[in-house]
Amino acid sequence: MPKKRSPLPSLPDSPALPAAFAQWFAARGWAPRPHQLALLAAAQAGRSALLVAPTGAGKTLAGFLPTLVELAERAGTGGLHTLYISPLKALAVDIARNLEAPVAGIGLEPRVRIETRTGDTPSHKRSRQVARPPHILLTTPEQLALLVAHREAAELFSGLKRVVLDELHALVTSKRGDLLSLGLARLHRLAPGLATTGLSATVREPDALRRYLVPQVPAPAMADLITVAGGARADLHMLETGRTLPLAGHTAWQSMPAVYDLIRRHKLVLVFVNTRLQAEYTFQELWNLNDDGLPIALHHGSLDATQRRKVEAAMAAGVLRAVVCTATLDLGIDWGDVDLVINIGAPKGASRIMQRIGRANHRMDEPSKAYLVPANRFEMLECRAALDAVEAAAQDTPDPRIGALDVLAQHVLGMACAGPFSEDDLYDEVRAASPYADLTRDDFLLVLDYVATGGYALRAYERFAKILRGPDGLWRVRDARTAQQYRMNVGTIVESTTVKVRLARRNRTKPGSVLPAGGRVLGEIEEDFAETLTVGDTFLFAGEILRFEGLHEDEALVTRGPPGTDPAIPSYAGSKFPLSTFLAARVRALIADPFEWDRLPAQVADYLVQQRRRSVLPGPRDLLVETFPRANRYYLACFPFEGRLAHQTLGMLLTRRLERAGMRPLGFAANDYGLAVFGTRDLSERIGREPGFLDGLFAEDMLGDDLEEWLDESAMMKRTFRQCAVIAGLIERRHPGQRKTGRQVTISTDLIYDVLRKHQPGHLLLRAARQDAATGLLDVARLGMMLARIQGRIIHKALDRVSPLAVNVMLEIGRERVYGEGADEILAEAEAALLDEALA
Amino acid sequence: MALPLKLEKTHKTPGVTLAGETLALDLSGGLWLPEHRTLVVSDLHLEKGSAYAARSGQFLPPYDTRETLATLHEAVARLEPARVVALGDSFHDAQGPSRLDVADRALIAALQEGRDWIWISGNHDRAVQDGVGGRFADTLAVGGLTLRHEPAAAPEPGEVAGHFHPVGKVAMRGRAVRRRCFVLDATRLVMPAFGSLTGGLNVRDKVFDELFPGGFTAHLIGDGRVFAISRTMLTRE
Repeated sequence: MPKKRSPLPSLPDSPALPAAFAQWFAARGWAPRPHQLALLAAAQAGRSALLVAPTGAGKTLAGFLPTLVELAERAGTGGLHTLYISPLKALAVDIARNLEAPVAGIGLEPRVRIETRTGDTPSHKRSRQVARPPHILLTTPEQLALLVAHREAAELFSGLKRVVLDELHALVTSKRGDLLSLGLARLHRLAPGLATTGLSATVREPDALRRYLVPQVPAPAMADLITVAGGARADLHMLETGRTLPLAGHTAWQSMPAVYDLIRRHKLVLVFVNTRLQAEYTFQELWNLNDDGLPIALHHGSLDATQRRKVEAAMAAGVLRAVVCTATLDLGIDWGDVDLVINIGAPKGASRIMQRIGRANHRMDEPSKAYLVPANRFEMLECRAALDAVEAAAQDTPDPRIGALDVLAQHVLGMACAGPFSEDDLYDEVRAASPYADLTRDDFLLVLDYVATGGYALRAYERFAKILRGPDGLWRVRDARTAQQYRMNVGTIVESTTVKVRLARRNRTKPGSVLPAGGRVLGEIEEDFAETLTVGDTFLFAGEILRFEGLHEDEALVTRGPPGTDPAIPSYAGSKFPLSTFLAARVRALIADPFEWDRLPAQVADYLVQQRRRSVLPGPRDLLVETFPRANRYYLACFPFEGRLAHQTLGMLLTRRLERAGMRPLGFAANDYGLAVFGTRDLSERIGREPGFLDGLFAEDMLGDDLEEWLDESAMMKRTFRQCAVIAGLIERRHPGQRKTGRQVTISTDLIYDVLRKHQPGHLLLRAARQDAATGLLDVARLGMMLARIQGRIIHKALDRVSPLAVNVMLEIGRERVYGEGADEILAEAEAALLDEALA
Repeated sequence: MALPLKLEKTHKTPGVTLAGETLALDLSGGLWLPEHRTLVVSDLHLEKGSAYAARSGQFLPPYDTRETLATLHEAVARLEPARVVALGDSFHDAQGPSRLDVADRALIAALQEGRDWIWISGNHDRAVQDGVGGRFADTLAVGGLTLRHEPAAAPEPGEVAGHFHPVGKVAMRGRAVRRRCFVLDATRLVMPAFGSLTGGLNVRDKVFDELFPGGFTAHLIGDGRVFAISRTMLTRE
């Protein structure tokens, strides 16, 4: 929405802007901004455009202005004119509310109807929206997929003039973006005159987004680009408390009093952290310091939705002073007048930190105020690199995606539900979507075969085919049940299955036991985490220490833990972003250049001086490898700075190779900056004796067989496969509220994975899972780039003790699983307990 | 933290006895009765994948039958049994045999060659009574043992049954391991499911309390051997 003071010169009335609009702007003392008019001009010329602008630039109004102008001039009622698509359903609802004022002010009511359509929209309203559509429909990528798969889709979208895609930079980086691109390709076909408008924050490669907005068939093309420069420079600092920070750890407890003090001196502070565990911890620390009784709240994805809504409402009402939150508040709605953002822990990426800073003071012409709070000395380096990146307005948004095959499979079934299609037409249509522009015909046919009969070499399911080619050469969906199955499984977000956390009541009649019913639901935890708990374990959740009392049906029963105890279970799976490639390069450059150290806090500079004295500091393209003995073990530490995921993969591969070389590795630990492998044989001696040993160890060929072998066995790969299987419709989605029966009826995707891998390793879904692993959970692509970078640039130091740099990663040891610790070791230990019992 | 990198793989299990008979709990999930040269396998659920495709349009890999038969073939080649007993629910549904691939049908015939083969009927495959070789029976006595698909309501000493697909779960140091298992007390044995795509029922389910009122030991099938684990060490789902 426009703001009262525009930093841009007001223009004379543009001929493009009708009088009613000009008057509406003028009545508020506002002037339309140049980019708003530029977008209007592009739309009036029938052109698609990408608007890149910082927060607070009035992007949303810019996106809707051409539509409102056209609708104001259009006679009669007409059908659906504009689709608005947002990554968050709450954002769609919020935008609808924000449009009410201009629509009423310009006098478009009641002629122009604006409605939202989300998963929460009742089914009778959804049917009505297809039969009698509004002029502007605000919705999500999943709802668009359902709409284009509707049998009335051709009719519904025939008159569509414009699609507005909000927060496009956030949408295109995921499988949701793939799904949306395919829906968009279908819209371009149904409504040939369609123009698109993309709204995006500043990105590194706007051209990728420009391509995304327009069809790539018959020829590659790009939407127009409209860029709004600058915005006020952020008022951004690293929080320095003068206290010495530890070499590792992520809790930032030393800085909590300073953080609390900042909260006291501001109206509303957003305290961002990277993981749910950090959120819980930070919230608790602040609460312990909260002598003033300030209203401070907690907001993260595992909390019960009603509790999150309460926090949002309280922010909007201005009754809160601070909210500790995770990425759940990165995007979207402004719930209140935030005047300070604090980011605790490492920033991890320049774009992420800019997005977060933008949550404060949502006005383009006033600086956003923010503090970065490092939790350890390495994070100070990372914060410095992030400050530099923000200063240079540099971005690290990821590369454009190659469209996922599992998403394509889902879409193909949807298109069959919409109506009969020919192979050739659909192939051309799909390649119009930029993520699928390079899709080969062979792969397309494989997907088609997968959708029809599962894509198995053993042609067992021909007679159960979901889509069938008729004598006219057109593919059709088998029956209404198949179409219903498609609708139930649409979307690309596969929630990890969760269990509710319910506060149990103590059973008075039977001390020490609890009653399963009656208590409040506190939120949800991942099933995987719940599975590892045993009765009596304590863990931190929803700002409290909870004692696990057991699972009852699909709920984890808990009681409040005794006060003053430390939670026994250190963490549970939560999102943790790896350090971005871009920021990592900046950190390496910072370390390599002593002239830059003046800009670092003294304790970090000292630390680097110590490292140079005892070992060496690697150049920005080098890889430093240190080997040293410690307490009967031999260690190898290296510092690629490529993020935890890539390092974990590297750790697994190095350990395998060391084992093959007879070096008896025992385990490894990894963090964002490096990794340490340890074992019982002297690595320094071997490297000294055998030139080329180290180069061989880090040779790029480790991404061949070693990787394949390990990947196939890894739990992460199985999880990735499960997501692909759900998206592609191999197994049905579990819906919330759907109860597991005592007798487990769901089929384990791990079993499916094992069978498939053995009998058809080239199956479409295994390919899809491997493609995901390359870029996602295992970051193999990044590891590959690193290995290429360091060829011939490995610097080895044989030391007699641990170096300052290595301490950081050494402190991770013991927090992670040990190599080779398989299921049988756990079972053997449980068996030993039985023997003890027998002998006691 | 120092751990052995590899545990040796072994199919041998320490002597377990039931009703005076010596039992070997095989790593494959089968039960070997050395004195009778008899191999018992339960709940093969052959053609489960195709049953799903036919019924619900979920196209699970059609390789489950091949996989199950391959595991069975390995056990048969190693143990050379004179008799194989399939302890019920050998097919996932009554139409299972008619959906068998030619190659899988041939595999079954090859397994049956030169040995006695008994299909005990189970609740899933009661209607299967011919066309897959072998003999059919509801129960079978082998030495002091009674072999049937579903455990009888009243405990009968020496009963060997299947039906429940027991799995045991051990949670320790932040890790959980969930495995198929044999469940055993002094009077009866419930076998794990042998089929490659079969799910499982946790042994802490009340069903097992009713079957084993005096408690039980679960023998979990690990990667390298079978582990005997006390009920107290096992957790619920």
